[in-house]
Amino acid sequence: MKALIPNFVLNIWDWFPPLTQYLIETTFWIVVVMITVILSVAFTTYFERKVIGYMQGRIGPNRVGPWGLLQPFADVIKLLIKEVVIPEKSNRFLFVVAPLLTLIPALATWAVVPLSDTFVIADINAGLLYVLALTSVGVYGVILAGWATNSKYAFLGAMRSAAQIVAYEIAMGFALVGVLMAGGSLNLGDITEAQAGGFSSWFLLPLMPLFFVYFISGVAETNRAPFDVAEGESEIVAGFHVEYSGVAFALFFLGEYANIILISALTSIFFLGGYNSFFEGWTFLAEDSFLREPSLLWLIIKICFFIYVFFWIRATFPRYRYDQIMRLGWKVFIPVTIVWIVVEGVMAWMQVGPWSNLSG
Amino acid sequence: MNRISSFIKTFVLWELWQGLSVTFLNFFKPAVTIYYPEEKAPQSPRFRGLHAQRRYANGEERCIACKLCEAVCPALAITIESDVGEDGTRRTTRYDIDLFKCIYCGFCEEACPVDAIVETRIHEYHMEAPGENILTKDKLLAIGDKYDAMISADKAADAKYR
Repeated sequence: MKALIPNFVLNIWDWFPPLTQYLIETTFWIVVVMITVILSVAFTTYFERKVIGYMQGRIGPNRVGPWGLLQPFADVIKLLIKEVVIPEKSNRFLFVVAPLLTLIPALATWAVVPLSDTFVIADINAGLLYVLALTSVGVYGVILAGWATNSKYAFLGAMRSAAQIVAYEIAMGFALVGVLMAGGSLNLGDITEAQAGGFSSWFLLPLMPLFFVYFISGVAETNRAPFDVAEGESEIVAGFHVEYSGVAFALFFLGEYANIILISALTSIFFLGGYNSFFEGWTFLAEDSFLREPSLLWLIIKICFFIYVFFWIRATFPRYRYDQIMRLGWKVFIPVTIVWIVVEGVMAWMQVGPWSNLSG
Repeated sequence: MNRISSFIKTFVLWELWQGLSVTFLNFFKPAVTIYYPEEKAPQSPRFRGLHAQRRYANGEERCIACKLCEAVCPALAITIESDVGEDGTRRTTRYDIDLFKCIYCGFCEEACPVDAIVETRIHEYHMEAPGENILTKDKLLAIGDKYDAMISADKAADAKYR
């Protein structure tokens, strides 16, 4: 890699003080990860339409570009050239800021996500807390959008979303307590390292109920079907983003799909061993096979699987009624997680079955 | 016992898995989509699309201005004015069909004693300017002339059921 860079560039690089070098390097990687995530968002929308199309006996977009692959770009260009209408009686500042508030946390969380065994932008100790904090900030975008729009439909959507996310945040937090007990660390890299060694050492088996609670809460947290009462197009038009158009709407769209990718990435890191290989320790593959090495490839495969599950769920289930959502969150998920944390602790202490090699 | 089994079923998400399996199996079934401009769905000879007026083999127009179609039209889409023609027969001087009013019910075709007004299987047409929705007598006859072979074949195919 270094051989490709001409000498004088390296000389200029050496002139910079170490802090500046660090800043430039980090900014570079931040930009790389951000662009990758945004491009993945574009193709996630395409992926969603294809998956749901096939499940409904249709074929999905197939006109723009080969197999419709350029469809997301057509959509983006269409949204960019549309007018942004700002309602007269809205709070202009918050109306414009709200979409950014849903998008920025979804992108910022990627800073602590270990993408491979050597690469993570910010290797901070309290990574899990950072993740929890930022995913909670995401709800402010929805609430502010609903409030700033100054419309009854938008306000109802915002209120629904606020109550729903508060309910599921707790279940999500408890599920992560289980992960943290098993991993023995708040650092996402350490949690992943604790799951090294193939399928049997992932947290999926010992923490099965927490895995389901976490993923379903994740679906609720991103306001996706079947928990999309915040949008609820059959009841309150489009919920919090009724009055949004053009670029502002595109940002909401981007934020929603960035959140989907993020939740998928986090689920794979917490329960499916992140970048660890599925075949690690399997002997029928060659000793030096790249399939046995932990790498970004495995993380991408796992993320894609969970994104697929998101769309699979959307194609299958009708929307929950609002009181059913509340019941599921408060009366089912929270007790289940608390019980399972106790079970996990007792089992790990008694060294039983799959719990015996948890580090906690 | 029943309550226990339903409790367990709730916790292992039994019914949700059933639903998911349905969509998952459908995921691998071939799509039923017809790639429209390239592929087309089969059409019946009775298809009721764009209207046309027919002529006899000697070129004489069939319409005798009996106005039965105008009377039967439930959408009042047909306007007819008649006069004595050059050969002393009764002929239409004006025969307009408003395509915006027409509901394509086919009653005009049924009412016509001489099979003059017909609905063809043409359904891919459009209007580009205001007023083009009015099919005048000339236009109807032109459509009839252009697609005469198709119309005759369709009528012949359907004749034995009438």
